Amino acid sequence: MSEILSAPYVLEYTYTRSTGPVVGRFLESLRYEVLEGVKTADGRVLCPPLEYDEEGEPTTDEFVPMRPSGTVKSWSWVPEPRRGHPFERPFAWALVQIDGADNAMVHAVDAGEAKRMHTGMRVRLRWADEKHGTIRDIACFEPIAPYLPSPVHLEYDVNPGKHYSAYLRGLQEGKLIGGRDPEAGKVYVPPRGADPMTGNPTNEYVEVADVGVLTTFAIIRIPFEGQKLKPPYCFGAIVLDGADSPIYHLVSGVPYDEIRMGMRVKAKWKPKEQWDTSLENILYFEPTGEPDAPFDSYKEHL
Amino acid sequence: MRDVAIVSFSQLPSVTAIDATDEAELVQPVTSDAMNQVGLTQDDIGFTCSGSTDYLPGRPFSFVAAVDGLKAWPPLRESHVEMDGAFALYEAWVRLMHGDIDTALVFSFGKSSLGSVPDILNLQNDPYYVQPLGLDSISAAALQAQAMIDAGKATERDFAEVAARNRKNAVDNPNAQIRGDFSVEQMLEEPYISSPLRKSFCSPVSDSAAAIVLAAGDRARELVKRPAWIRGIDHRTEPHSLGQRDLTTSPSAKLASEKAGLVQGRVDVAELHAPFAHQEIILREAMGLGDEVSINPSGGALAANSLMTAGLIRFGEAASRLLSGNAGRALAHTSNGVCLQHNLVAVLEGE
Repeated sequence: MSEILSAPYVLEYTYTRSTGPVVGRFLESLRYEVLEGVKTADGRVLCPPLEYDEEGEPTTDEFVPMRPSGTVKSWSWVPEPRRGHPFERPFAWALVQIDGADNAMVHAVDAGEAKRMHTGMRVRLRWADEKHGTIRDIACFEPIAPYLPSPVHLEYDVNPGKHYSAYLRGLQEGKLIGGRDPEAGKVYVPPRGADPMTGNPTNEYVEVADVGVLTTFAIIRIPFEGQKLKPPYCFGAIVLDGADSPIYHLVSGVPYDEIRMGMRVKAKWKPKEQWDTSLENILYFEPTGEPDAPFDSYKEHL
Repeated sequence: MRDVAIVSFSQLPSVTAIDATDEAELVQPVTSDAMNQVGLTQDDIGFTCSGSTDYLPGRPFSFVAAVDGLKAWPPLRESHVEMDGAFALYEAWVRLMHGDIDTALVFSFGKSSLGSVPDILNLQNDPYYVQPLGLDSISAAALQAQAMIDAGKATERDFAEVAARNRKNAVDNPNAQIRGDFSVEQMLEEPYISSPLRKSFCSPVSDSAAAIVLAAGDRARELVKRPAWIRGIDHRTEPHSLGQRDLTTSPSAKLASEKAGLVQGRVDVAELHAPFAHQEIILREAMGLGDEVSINPSGGALAANSLMTAGLIRFGEAASRLLSGNAGRALAHTSNGVCLQHNLVAVLEGE
């Protein structure tokens, strides 16, 4: 047992403070969400107002309405707030120069993260929900973002054109339709208006197989804005048997480290009753188990 | 003006917590030692003055209890300041100017370990605009440090280098709390307490006590071979409101050092009371202390910072180097208030 006795001990004083005509008016105005500064004898504006300026001159009785915004003159980020701080979550202390004032106010900035803080940043005042005529009637300041929301919304009716319509209608029936250039014989899947190699129309529709060769692929491991699938996943280029151009689809049903160029793959279709005019009728392509296609057989399609 | 000198100095080693001591128990060892060094007893002392703050132990009028550590009968001429003991030294110096007494005892004690110093120091702030927000002393100093960075006057690396140098200096000081070789790189890896301040850029919380005996004129020469003469002493304060000051400069330290006569010759040693690393940079610039001056050979406040005592210890450390003949002219500095609001500077000279 320790020789020295010890006990917790709390010191509190239930003092009240008189506020005076300048500080008192400022604090009372906060109750009504009014922010005021006071003019000094030499014409400067102090916010928060003081009874005397730093040269000992009494300030005037001229109060000035202030905009509830300002500029950060210095700041300190507090990753772990102490008891008694204005927030329990990380926040910044700051010296805020209210617009139009010649001095600065100590207060908190609710910025969410330290990287939003910098000297010179613009902040706006946030009022507390409940007011008691104290400096805490100002809940804090918050960053003014130097941009505004600027969304665009336009409405159109689109149609896919004759050839793509034929392709999509084919998908609705579980068929993969390509377009052939009758002269050069190349088959494009999906069909397009013309063979870009010859300029000839590709008016002849042919059905190609739902089996083909994986010519190249990428495994996506990083997230990005607008991503629909959860990484990792594999996206590949597949030249279907009977086609001369690849379609692009997911490759699955196989460990990612076994996916390789030349692998033979087959479409995994959704149940027939869910088919629509969409390539999403195919869930993904999976290996057929056949031997790989030799590189020379697909190298012109890479 | 009479010539007044520091003739002895005693301190308790600064540690994280001195258990088992009340005020009198802290004070008695240092006051008796300071007097014993020059063969005096309390009966020989013309005036006694102390500095402390009651908020450290949380006991109103704790300074009255400290008088029990002195011999208080027959009744003493005694006074107290609710400030660092260095300001008590200033009051004693003024009292010696009256000419009717020749000796004074100055002491201070700081038992910082009982409460939470950063929170206690919020009570220094404006009670209308700042205190209700809970601005602790580290966060207030952090606003000053960030202003230094924004003004291009210092970097975080500079802060770390100040801290490393002080703690390296403290290796030879058995009374220091934090001493040794500390890596600047490692300091810069520490998490922020309040950015840009990391733990190593702040002084430790220390318990200690210190005492100094002052003597005037021939009495000083009788007591010691080489009195540490106070050639000039002055203190200046700045506006209370942080929002009215340029926190990156210290016009009060500059003016006080000018009035204390710093410019009349070079000093060998300066003991600066800078509880945060960046404040040493501000003080050196304000007082024009270049690389030729040995700054804080004791390790300064970054090696030991007993509240209300660390300033008086700066005077004792500076005077010790004159009393021992190791320096000819020294500067002693103490700061009180938020972000170096109030600065006391003395220029000391050996015989």
